[in-house]
Amino acid sequence: MHEMSIVEGIRSVIEDAGRAQGFERVTKVRLEIGRMSGVEIGALEFAFDVVMNGSIAEGAELEILNIPGKALCFDCEKTVEVEHRLDTCPNCGGARLLVQGGDEMRIKDLEVL
Amino acid sequence: MCTVCGCGGHSVEDQFKAHLEKTGQAMAAPKAPFAVLATAAGAAASHSHSHDHGTIHAHGAECTHDIHLGHGPAGTEVPGMTQARLVEIETDILSKNNNYAARNRENLAKKGVFATNLVSSPGSGKTTLLVKTIEMLGGAPLAVIEGDQQTTNDADRIRATGAPAIQVNTGKGCHLDGAMIEQALARMPLPDGALLFIENVGNLVCPAAFDLGEDAKVAILSVTEGEDKPLKYPDMFAAAGLALINKVDLAPHCDVDLDLYEANIRRVNPAIEVLRVSARTGEGMQAWIEWLRAGLARKAS
Repeated sequence: MHEMSIVEGIRSVIEDAGRAQGFERVTKVRLEIGRMSGVEIGALEFAFDVVMNGSIAEGAELEILNIPGKALCFDCEKTVEVEHRLDTCPNCGGARLLVQGGDEMRIKDLEVL
Repeated sequence: MCTVCGCGGHSVEDQFKAHLEKTGQAMAAPKAPFAVLATAAGAAASHSHSHDHGTIHAHGAECTHDIHLGHGPAGTEVPGMTQARLVEIETDILSKNNNYAARNRENLAKKGVFATNLVSSPGSGKTTLLVKTIEMLGGAPLAVIEGDQQTTNDADRIRATGAPAIQVNTGKGCHLDGAMIEQALARMPLPDGALLFIENVGNLVCPAAFDLGEDAKVAILSVTEGEDKPLKYPDMFAAAGLALINKVDLAPHCDVDLDLYEANIRRVNPAIEVLRVSARTGEGMQAWIEWLRAGLARKAS
């Protein structure tokens, strides 16, 4: 996917926060990434190291918090937890699931100096 | 103040300094709060201890050993993170893009413009579909933003119809973003009540995640691509409000099952609308034109 652009977004949010809150070094970044967000974690980790070079978060540890996927089943009308977009409903076996959660991409918090 | 339980005075260092003064010990040269604590732990073993969560710290006389996780600077406790150095961000990674998109959406709403973001793999026939659409709309006010990595070929094809078009070359970029659309809109005359078509970079993956401020993403899938494309690239079809199955005139030559195409699209997104069209022969195109007019009417009201 576009993990590089995503990490550039992270860098710009971190640098804005650093200016606003007066910190100059970030040692750890925690992201909430939903299962359905389409983000490839391996590619994100690679891009993170590359893009953060020269920023206040250079060398920072990256921790990914996985958010489970949630979907509304059109057949049994229940909200269920799913792993993939193409899963069938664990409740009724229906295939018509509308994803309603788990597509998050958020910066949760930072450990700073 | 203790950064873990919130007890005591203003800082760990101040508190411990007070403790040392009280017990008649001089302050060791402090390098950092934790260096002080490490020294202190040795100097006054009876007053320091390790908490369950592994943070070693010293206490003043008034500490009751109660646990108050919400009193630290961060107002919360997170395993493995030190409160004093925890900065809550809670921001969407794509928040910058989303801000641009929201601004675009607001500006377009003021003008009653109905904007579609056309997304597909390269070669599905987006530009041909647009050229035919412009012809069928017969002079209705509209504008086109064309996204590609290189060349102005697509914008040239649109301009040949007489419609205004701006080409955005993304260089290495794999998708258009909200800022590019804002720039393009600033350079292009867009009358009130117009249709805006944004032809995204041909890519079934990345454009799904980037909101441009459009009213709907329209995913275009041509019959030569294979029925399983929606299953292989579900994000795009999940993000779209309408799917156009294009080049249906080729279906008899391609051994394809159009019902299976449609079923796979709905499998990924049960709420999506699906239309079967051929931009070349015009088959099914009237339904697409009606869909656009209905969208425009909703924006005007």
